[in-house]
Amino acid sequence: MRPILMKGHERPLTFLRYNRDGDLLFSCAKDHTPNVWFADNGDRLGTYRGHNGAVWTCDVSRDSTRLITGSADQTAKLWDVQTGQELFTFRFDAPARSVEFSIGDGLAVITTDNFMDNVPTAQVKRITEDPDDQSEESLLVITGIKGRINRAVWGPLNRTIITAGEDATVRIWDTETGKCLKESDKEQGHQKAISSLSKSADWSHFLTGSLDKTAKLWDTRTMTLIKTYVTERPVNAVDISPLLDHVVIGGGQDAMNVTMTDRRAGKFEAKFFHKILQEEIGGVKGHFGPINALVFNPDGRSFSSGGEDGYKTVFSEAASSIIVV
Amino acid sequence: MAPAPAATQKIRWGELEEDDAGDLDFLLPPRVVTGPDENGFKKVVEYRFDDEGNKVKVTTTTRVRKLARARLSKSALERRAWPKFGDAVHEDVGARLTMVSTEEILLERPRDPGSKAEEPSASGDPLASKSGAVLMVCRTCGKKGDHWTSKCPYKDLAPPTETFVDRPPTADGSAPSGGPVKGAYVPPSLRAGADRVGHDMRRRNDENSVRVTNLSEDTREPDLLELFRTFGPVSRVYVALDQKTGSSRGFGFVNFVHREDADKAISKLNGYGYDNLILRVEWATPRPN
Repeated sequence: MRPILMKGHERPLTFLRYNRDGDLLFSCAKDHTPNVWFADNGDRLGTYRGHNGAVWTCDVSRDSTRLITGSADQTAKLWDVQTGQELFTFRFDAPARSVEFSIGDGLAVITTDNFMDNVPTAQVKRITEDPDDQSEESLLVITGIKGRINRAVWGPLNRTIITAGEDATVRIWDTETGKCLKESDKEQGHQKAISSLSKSADWSHFLTGSLDKTAKLWDTRTMTLIKTYVTERPVNAVDISPLLDHVVIGGGQDAMNVTMTDRRAGKFEAKFFHKILQEEIGGVKGHFGPINALVFNPDGRSFSSGGEDGYKTVFSEAASSIIVV
Repeated sequence: MAPAPAATQKIRWGELEEDDAGDLDFLLPPRVVTGPDENGFKKVVEYRFDDEGNKVKVTTTTRVRKLARARLSKSALERRAWPKFGDAVHEDVGARLTMVSTEEILLERPRDPGSKAEEPSASGDPLASKSGAVLMVCRTCGKKGDHWTSKCPYKDLAPPTETFVDRPPTADGSAPSGGPVKGAYVPPSLRAGADRVGHDMRRRNDENSVRVTNLSEDTREPDLLELFRTFGPVSRVYVALDQKTGSSRGFGFVNFVHREDADKAISKLNGYGYDNLILRVEWATPRPN
């Protein structure tokens, strides 16, 4: 296949997100401006100017009208997807690392880093229909986690929030009480910081990628470890195919050590594993730096990857080429 | 765009250029878009002023292709018609943000389809196991982590070495860490399937010869000798020189008196930064044909 290369960012990519229909692709990078692209031909639709620091993450509402972004400038912003207009700014005293809209888009969970004297938190905000009614007030603040929370996502029916971060532990929290319900097993779980978390299409299980060079598949309800995928490099990004029993794992040498290693040794490829057999199906090369973001199109027929090299690549028809397993 | 007005304007523009009348010089002819034709070629002719104020004609030919899988939902089609915003407004033809990779990128399989996986355990284990054991590879019998070459029980059996060399990888498949171990260099002659001819030829030609590549241009034999003699006595140093220019061709050979020293030099100097280049040091074995 010939992937589409999109170079709209000047700094390494941090996060990628498709909207639900899979026609728009949102990209965040360490430059300050998230972009939106047409996913099928790679044309840039627009940019969201307003952040003043690296943008770590974003999420788009189900009807593709609102975008929320979290940035190192200690804010999270709400945007109008169509016009690129800034609707609201949530101010924090630490960088916002992860954001996600809940089911129904009425709530959003935003995590803030452990920065200066602040402890890392995951905060739930109410998202109002009318941006004028929007307030900064948090409905719930989850604390008590040591180390940065790299990812916080909603569980089924908005009843739980799943967090994963630098302390290598995955936790499930009750959204009513803010109490920790379940914690991943120390023995079975990751040994190093968890860099990414991705839910399956039906949210019944989720995949975490960690710097300990493994990705692990967990049951959302019982928090039991289902599968482990072993790679040779730290894992920065993971995703589960919505169409096939495949998972894709991306990573590579630390950005810090890239200049000291050969491109071949860096293993900057997106590796496909069979979800159930845990066997490696193959790798897709194409990046010159570690892969920071990986995401499947919701139709499962293509995926995008974003790397430290600042290129974002849409590998279309990927599924049809790997279908012959 | 209707063809008629475009044509008349074109003529007027031509007249203007001939007269070189200054009156309307600041006016730029409008953009002309032709196509896409049946082959999908679309031509855009634009005029603009460059930095020095000269009029420039920019012709951009693009090929428009229909995507095979264009099933979009209603709302997605609506979004398709959205006007561009932000920085995307100004980029039109000249912007090269999006391109299709010129390189064909394929899914690379870790092994032939159908063959069984031995890799997961091999790639998982060595990283977990102690590096000391991995490094300890006997070059006489090929056992890993058991004993050093000098302590090998088969050391004295000179002829058996040859027969033994080819066997271990298959016979010792269940040895502590079978399979390829990263970091531990196994010379080609010791690898499974190494052909004998190459082995014998190397014996005949050069004992313990090490090939050094990616040398900088101004590396000379004394430099190489200086670099390599720390590992043990060196019997010969050779740097390939260009006949015409007299500069180094970027590779050379070093022969050690002892095989152990050569081995050590390879493990230490392969990947070593020398004169702003990364050295590649390996056994100088003839290529298997």
